[in-house]
Amino acid sequence: MTTLDSSKEIQKNNSEVHDTHEDFRMFGLITFLIADGMTFAGFFAAYLTYKAVNPLPDGAIYELELPIPTLNTILLLVSSATFHKAGKALLKDKNSESQKWLFFTAFLGIIFLICQLFEYFHLPFGLTDNLFASTFYALTGFHGLHVTLGTLMILIIAWQSRIKGGRLTSQNMFPLEAVELYWHFVDGIWVILFIILYLL
Amino acid sequence: MTISIDPQKTNNESLQPKGWLRYFSFSLDHKVIGIQYLVCGFLFYLIGGSLASAIRIELASPMSDFMPRDVYNQVLTLHGTIMIFLWIVPVVNGAFGNYLIPFYVGARDMAFPRLNAVAFWLIPPSGLMLVASYFVEGAAQAGWTAYPPLSITTPQSGQIIWILSVLLLGGSSIFGGINFIATIIKLRRPGLKLMKLPMYCWAMLGTSLLVVLSTPVLAGTLILLSFDIIANTGFFNPVLGGNVVVYQHLFWFYSHPAVYIMVLPAFGLVSEILPVHARKPLFGYTTMVFSIMGIVVLGLVVWAHHMFTSGTPPWMRLFFTIATAFIAVPTGIKFFNWVATLWGGKISINSAMLFSCGFIINFVFGGITGVALAQVPFDIHVHDTYFVVAHFHYIVYGGTVFIIFSSIYHWFPKVTGKMLNEKLGILHFIITFIGFNLCFAPQHWLGLNGMPRRVAEYDPQFQFVNQISSLGALLMAISTIPFLINVFLSVRNGKDSGDNPWNALTPEWLTSSPPPVENWEGEAPLVEEPYGYGKEISERK
Repeated sequence: MTTLDSSKEIQKNNSEVHDTHEDFRMFGLITFLIADGMTFAGFFAAYLTYKAVNPLPDGAIYELELPIPTLNTILLLVSSATFHKAGKALLKDKNSESQKWLFFTAFLGIIFLICQLFEYFHLPFGLTDNLFASTFYALTGFHGLHVTLGTLMILIIAWQSRIKGGRLTSQNMFPLEAVELYWHFVDGIWVILFIILYLL
Repeated sequence: MTISIDPQKTNNESLQPKGWLRYFSFSLDHKVIGIQYLVCGFLFYLIGGSLASAIRIELASPMSDFMPRDVYNQVLTLHGTIMIFLWIVPVVNGAFGNYLIPFYVGARDMAFPRLNAVAFWLIPPSGLMLVASYFVEGAAQAGWTAYPPLSITTPQSGQIIWILSVLLLGGSSIFGGINFIATIIKLRRPGLKLMKLPMYCWAMLGTSLLVVLSTPVLAGTLILLSFDIIANTGFFNPVLGGNVVVYQHLFWFYSHPAVYIMVLPAFGLVSEILPVHARKPLFGYTTMVFSIMGIVVLGLVVWAHHMFTSGTPPWMRLFFTIATAFIAVPTGIKFFNWVATLWGGKISINSAMLFSCGFIINFVFGGITGVALAQVPFDIHVHDTYFVVAHFHYIVYGGTVFIIFSSIYHWFPKVTGKMLNEKLGILHFIITFIGFNLCFAPQHWLGLNGMPRRVAEYDPQFQFVNQISSLGALLMAISTIPFLINVFLSVRNGKDSGDNPWNALTPEWLTSSPPPVENWEGEAPLVEEPYGYGKEISERK
């Protein structure tokens, strides 16, 4: 018997001996997202304080255009809906449909990132030009990092939801639910960021 | 959906090393992780303590003759950072929390054992990084607060390593916090109500909420600070249009709650130790719970009392003074509850009890100077003087570190099955108590007379009092020796303690000492009266 086999054997025996408990991984994830949200809250607070007390120096350029971020807001809101569709499809054991929705969500995430980069390259200011430019790049960059991670995780669970040998089934929804919650969180943060950074 | 209680874990155990070697492995057992936290923290305490001795040697004379002035600044920075992030926070949360919380909630392990091990194993590498940052050119010398512009204008390669290390330690702390919240809320044994939990669980719940809510803000701030250093942005650099006061706000939004992260668990631990050695129920359980939660809420809205001299507007000063004064109310309630627990009890004078009583005395002193510091007119006078140093050490050394030692004396038999030597323990207490008060009480006087902190040189008129303080520090350094001898002798040759040497009623004592891997043979007991001392067994529910 190989080590792997024997460990599986032990695992089987143990799960009979041990008492079972509720799955609280989701609870842990929510706690983590609260912590993550506090990081953004700190950034937002810093930005709003700068806005209130630090005037833009003469000659400094800090102008934002609305079309691209508005498009990005729509992209992310739609992607939240498509992710939800993927979960519903998986619940009905329609794995291939779920996978399609997941790939579509990841696609929207990638478009978002491309638009973001496009905006970066066409802005009239750089990271170190002035305080507001720095804050803008720090905030959107930190959010963009979250979108990048989210997109990678969506691609991973899309791979896992393949029909043959995939780990993601209607009995094992946790990976999908976890990434979905994270994705909604990232979308929510974007909406706040959009209001504070572009509209205020 | 249900999942079985981490079968993977037991599966790994057959492959994992036994005996002392398991303390060097990626063990998922909460008891092993707790001891790993404690021993690792203690090693860093010895380093931080050596640095403290170096500081006191330097301050024994008015001129900077023991070390150059910039080295003095680097030493005090490293001393502060090590003591806070590698000794107090990991030990009082990570070590005792990991060891005790699963017992208290009637579980076989923490909610996320793997995350737990990751959280611990982040500490040794980041601790080594922190120590290494001292040897890099341009070691951090802006104090543990790393205030800009000092931290961004002095040579910076050491400061960057310092920031990375603190970020990793913050991550470890957040992982631990998530784990404690999930364990206490979700992993309680069926039938065990929240209001029946031992007080340490409440303290850890409150602490973990503070960790989860405030540590990420520090992380974000340090990321911005590192941008200022590496990428030449101007978030906190006034020359580039930035704002140093924003850094102070963000920093203290974490670092004031950090004081509660360091002291709330100690409140919990002392509430476990006093009833056992006074043979009386904990006085005022419900008020204790509400005080802890009150401190958590208030602790999040008092940060600007560190910034009364930073051009803070009057309305803000007023608000933060009042909020800070309010914290004295729940803290006072807890203090009177401990005294009332002792009142009329059958008190055993042993090392654990002595250190706990030492805590109560020191802590009330630190608390009173804390209320004084919250008052703007007084604070402006003593800001950045030795008065602040004295106040802080009365809370964190006289408070928390005394409780750490008290807890070691109390739970040593639980962990090893051996008793610590009482004579050496009492000797340890006497030297520590005298040394501590000799070291820090005179610093109140120094501060009131205007001796600034964080400066290697001082006015010669302060020399005599500084020498008294240094003598106290010497005693504190010596006090570690009987403790270490005691631990090393007792681990090998200590008297067998039996399973429950203190006849305690909290759940961790209702199993063998040391406990089996699964914590209990069979089902976890349901303890509804963890403090039911002085009652007949039939009267206990």
